[in-house]
Amino acid sequence: MENRGITFGYGFLSQESSFDVQFSLIEFDGSHSYFRAYLVGLLNTILVSVIGIIFATIIGVVVGIARLSNNYLINKTAAVYVEFFRNIPLLLQIFFWYFAALRALPLPQDTEPMFGFFFLTIKGFFVPAFIWNNLDIFIYSIIAAIISIIFIRIYARKKQENEGIQTPVLSISIGLLIILPLLSFLFGGVDASVEVPVLKQLSQSGFTYEGGIKLPPELISLALALSLYTATFIAECVRAGVQGVSKGQKEAAASIGLTPNQVLKLVVMPQALRIIIPPTTNQYLNLTKNSSLAAAIAYPDLVLVFAGTALMQTGRAIEIVSITMLTYLSLSISISIFMNWYNKKIAIKEK
Amino acid sequence: MFKYLKQLTSLVAMVAVLFTFTTETMAAKKSKTLKNTQKKGFVRCGVSQGLPGFSNADAAGNWTGVDVDVCRAVAAAVLGDANKVKFTPLSAKERFTALTSNEIDILSRNTTWTLSRDADIGLTFVGVNFYDGQGFMVRKNSGYTSVNDFKNGISACTNLGTTTELNMRDFFNSKGISYEPVTFEKADEVVAAYDAGRCDTYTTDKSGLAAQRIKLSSPDDHIVLPETISKEPLGPVVRQGDSVWEDIVRWSLNTMIEAEEYGVTSANADSMKTSDNPAVKRLVGAEGELGAALGLDNDWSLRIIKQVGNYGESYKRNIADTGILPDRGPNELWTKGGILYVPPAR
Repeated sequence: MENRGITFGYGFLSQESSFDVQFSLIEFDGSHSYFRAYLVGLLNTILVSVIGIIFATIIGVVVGIARLSNNYLINKTAAVYVEFFRNIPLLLQIFFWYFAALRALPLPQDTEPMFGFFFLTIKGFFVPAFIWNNLDIFIYSIIAAIISIIFIRIYARKKQENEGIQTPVLSISIGLLIILPLLSFLFGGVDASVEVPVLKQLSQSGFTYEGGIKLPPELISLALALSLYTATFIAECVRAGVQGVSKGQKEAAASIGLTPNQVLKLVVMPQALRIIIPPTTNQYLNLTKNSSLAAAIAYPDLVLVFAGTALMQTGRAIEIVSITMLTYLSLSISISIFMNWYNKKIAIKEK
Repeated sequence: MFKYLKQLTSLVAMVAVLFTFTTETMAAKKSKTLKNTQKKGFVRCGVSQGLPGFSNADAAGNWTGVDVDVCRAVAAAVLGDANKVKFTPLSAKERFTALTSNEIDILSRNTTWTLSRDADIGLTFVGVNFYDGQGFMVRKNSGYTSVNDFKNGISACTNLGTTTELNMRDFFNSKGISYEPVTFEKADEVVAAYDAGRCDTYTTDKSGLAAQRIKLSSPDDHIVLPETISKEPLGPVVRQGDSVWEDIVRWSLNTMIEAEEYGVTSANADSMKTSDNPAVKRLVGAEGELGAALGLDNDWSLRIIKQVGNYGESYKRNIADTGILPDRGPNELWTKGGILYVPPAR
């Protein structure tokens, strides 16, 4: 490197970045350091991965179970969806959602509001924001509700083991989650008002929305493409898992008088999960790494902000690429450690 | 006798010193890049992924543009044939790494000359082949006539990782306007996003705006605002540490500009060998030993002018006649009111 006149060092991380980022979870502008730009990119990567994982799991489970349905229409629709989306390269799908589908959205001034408050435009999805008073008390009330639910579950389990009496844990939990935050509104001084986005004129022909929360179209199309693509693989994992539980198990469960819901919840799912979790972990890892394709459509993720703009502005290719690689490695390892822990938790515990 | 011997030895010593001195200067002429280029038989040139007027490939894969002509001039000077160039299209992100990692030998890709790029990352800028400045393009029906009409919340599309991105921030900050930067890696994606209405304005170098406007679905519905918010001297770049190669590229570019100054064109270059003006004769290699100073033969500059043409011809062919920027503006010779001024070739 010395031969080529390249210097090496990480000192640039504390320098002023002097560029702006379109969308950031933490406060950022050009006066912040390159290190903060790194954090901005990292958080955006995590955000789109988490959104993607949640939606991919929901869609995947629904489609996977739909593929097992006896209803011809549901079964075939799910099969077509899986075959269609998993056989088209992800980058093309991202391009499709961003450059074709979302481009067909109306300009801000032509948008019809959804439910009166939501505005889906070519410049992004504008949703109302809550303006809170005493937000901390509200959060405490939710935490209190969650803690009491955990205690009730432990108590219910003990009661069932000792006396064989089942407690309706679910309805109690939902009740707690509603009542405690409600009390915080009534007595805790918590107050929320809704800020609805309003149309703002920029020029004779240009408009945008002001107020509320703005989800950039880049985030929407990336999350959409990632979840629809990964969901197909998760659907197959789910189908494999459920089919992997032998028919005799279901019949045996039914023969001792369990309802079909109980059969699914107590007999089929616990066994199916053991088959589903390990390959699904792979899909979560893939989704996280695939989110780096964001750079193609201007979503400011780690690759675009840090390994893109920051790299080009500083010219420090080796340092930045090494940091980025390490970051993806640690992200993937964290996910896999968590999933391995969960896998162990649901595995057969032989005594 | 002893006295003579002493004189003789000092003479021998002097000759020896002189000899090592000349061989050392000869050795310094040996450029690794030059040697490799001559061995390979082509010049490795990094260009843009398609910017009409600067570096753009047609359907048959023939590259044209003022940036392309710099590489062709070097090929004519070094290898004797302006067509012996291998072009590598590079994104803004790849360009510097491609040069420092030895994949290309000249980067001629509308690249802005700045201090940090020149000094910090192993690059050397050899000159300026286009004086540019950053501007804004907007829709005609927006009613914007000046950057002073911009309002809070405006969204601006641009290329990621360029000086444009930094200038944009400086500009909006100084005006106290909040804005939304939407940055893409490829110019085509920026154009597509702006065209679809994702952004209210598209900002990049004015030459780039003029060139990209042609790609919009209805170019006449868009205008470039009059203000220029930055200096963008664009020029070819070489790796740091090979000063002979650096000189060859620099003087290939300078030759094109000086040829225009003295009225030497691709058509009349041969006849200029008998010119009365010694400066013209030096330029076409009929006088002096300028080629040797660069480690080349003496016809190097004549070949550049004959095969590529002078700067004016290159500008006319690539930028004026294609309708991108018919007016040369600052890219006119200093004798005609522009700022193109190169050191004399002598």
